[in-house]
Amino acid sequence: MGEMNVSLCGIELKNPVIPASGTFGYGYEFAELYDINCLGTFSCKGTTREPRFGNPTPRIAECTAGMINAVGLQNPGVDRVIAEELPKLKNCFSGLVMANVSGFSVEDYAYTCERLDREEQVGWLEVNVSCPNVHGGGMSFGTDPASATAVTAAVKAKTKKPVIIKLSPNVTDIVSIAKACEAAGADGISLINTVLGMRIDIRRRRPVIANNMGGFSGPAIFPLALRMVYQVAHAVSIPVIGMGGVTCADDVIEMMLAGATAVEVGAANLVNPYTCRDIVRDLPAAMAKYGITSLSEIIGGVKSWEKT
Amino acid sequence: MKQGIFRITENTPLTKNVFRLTLEGDVSAITAPGQFINIQLDGLFLRRPISVYDISPRTVTVIYKVVGRGTEQLSRMIAGDTLDVLTGLGNGYDTSVSGQRPLLIGGGVGVPPLYYLARCLIAEGKHPTVVMGFNTKDEIFAVDDFRAIGADVTVATADGSFGVRGFVTDALPSDYSYVYTCGPEPMLQAVYRTISTSGQFSFEERMGCGFGACMGCSCKTVTGYKRICKDGPVLRKEEILWEK
Repeated sequence: MGEMNVSLCGIELKNPVIPASGTFGYGYEFAELYDINCLGTFSCKGTTREPRFGNPTPRIAECTAGMINAVGLQNPGVDRVIAEELPKLKNCFSGLVMANVSGFSVEDYAYTCERLDREEQVGWLEVNVSCPNVHGGGMSFGTDPASATAVTAAVKAKTKKPVIIKLSPNVTDIVSIAKACEAAGADGISLINTVLGMRIDIRRRRPVIANNMGGFSGPAIFPLALRMVYQVAHAVSIPVIGMGGVTCADDVIEMMLAGATAVEVGAANLVNPYTCRDIVRDLPAAMAKYGITSLSEIIGGVKSWEKT
Repeated sequence: MKQGIFRITENTPLTKNVFRLTLEGDVSAITAPGQFINIQLDGLFLRRPISVYDISPRTVTVIYKVVGRGTEQLSRMIAGDTLDVLTGLGNGYDTSVSGQRPLLIGGGVGVPPLYYLARCLIAEGKHPTVVMGFNTKDEIFAVDDFRAIGADVTVATADGSFGVRGFVTDALPSDYSYVYTCGPEPMLQAVYRTISTSGQFSFEERMGCGFGACMGCSCKTVTGYKRICKDGPVLRKEEILWEK
């Protein structure tokens, strides 16, 4: 059997498969179904300084090969995450988890990361500067290099844990933002968050989503995500976590060839709760099929065509 | 919750656009009336959540209305076809607090979860009264099933073409020990204002996953934020907040 382990910002993962934030809660719903210790790690539901209910419903819309969500960062706030969710999580996952953090000001991000920095269970901080579903926060920090730099620097000053900045695809030049984060001290980049999208209920002539627009995810965005992972991974020297429309072991391998060190799986968990377990199960056979003996050796291994 | 492959044994129209679908497979995850199942359909991304009408040791029956692409596609499937289904979703109704004369109130396609509930209540030696509301005579279904198990049934139609003319709230008995209800939100609100006892209300919301992971169907309640799919779909009357 081939080697599936990878090293993410200096921490060893037994495999590169990571359920993405917001599609896996704090793990319990899935731990009822299978032993989630088979996963590399997982990214917890996005956490903010204060508790949030999020957006009004409907928050979900069906799309061709995907879905739109506008949940709006519903979470109990960092104090309760630390007091209640992390201790419960310990019962179903023994490894280090990735804490996903969002905010509405640079100070918010710094405060929440500082609180989580003290938690032993937290291996990495995934800093979400790319949520498309909240006003005056989230994505507004990830769409220009200066504010991405400010958040990265502020968070880095408050934590010794690896800081991974999660980027939005809703920008003209994702490479410049990734480079700005790297220059500000980011230890890794994860991409992509959802793509801003919309559906309209024709009968009612109203957007399906109460927030009018929301984040589009699912297999439809895989090629877009892969392209951005490829561009960013070739432009920075810090590890990249690839995500966007991943549903199977082949998708994981493709993301890694494009340059991803690890791969997050999002919307697919909501359709088939066993998706991540199945990907971990299927990876050895897929590796054998393609003659891969070690996954870490294929990171960024795509042989691009020469441009003429 | 369990995931399984189920074989269709019947998919029969009951009215112009309401169908009864029976699926054969492992139903052991279904533990209470008022729970729902989540059906995957070829070519559609999200599953379709539908409440349980009845179960037997090897089958689960649902009654659904054709309202969009998913249910339209489902209506064209035939006996022998297979479906990937998540079963045992949601909290369901709690029958232990019903008293001896529970009142079950259902509107349109909110009626189905009340059937397995009525069956459970009768099995516990209780005497349920069922009040069902439909728009018109042609949309009525399931009445005979309820009568066959010994429930006392009253039907109301909005246009007066059958039974009591008006809404379910125009057809309520005066004497009952507890209320269980499911139907469109305006009906639930009217029931909430009218009934004289406590009760349990089953809600509908557009869902992502159906098992509590995505926070797509959250609502505010007196006791905090709840996910309709996981902490619901049944809420106790005392915890409901009607503002969105």
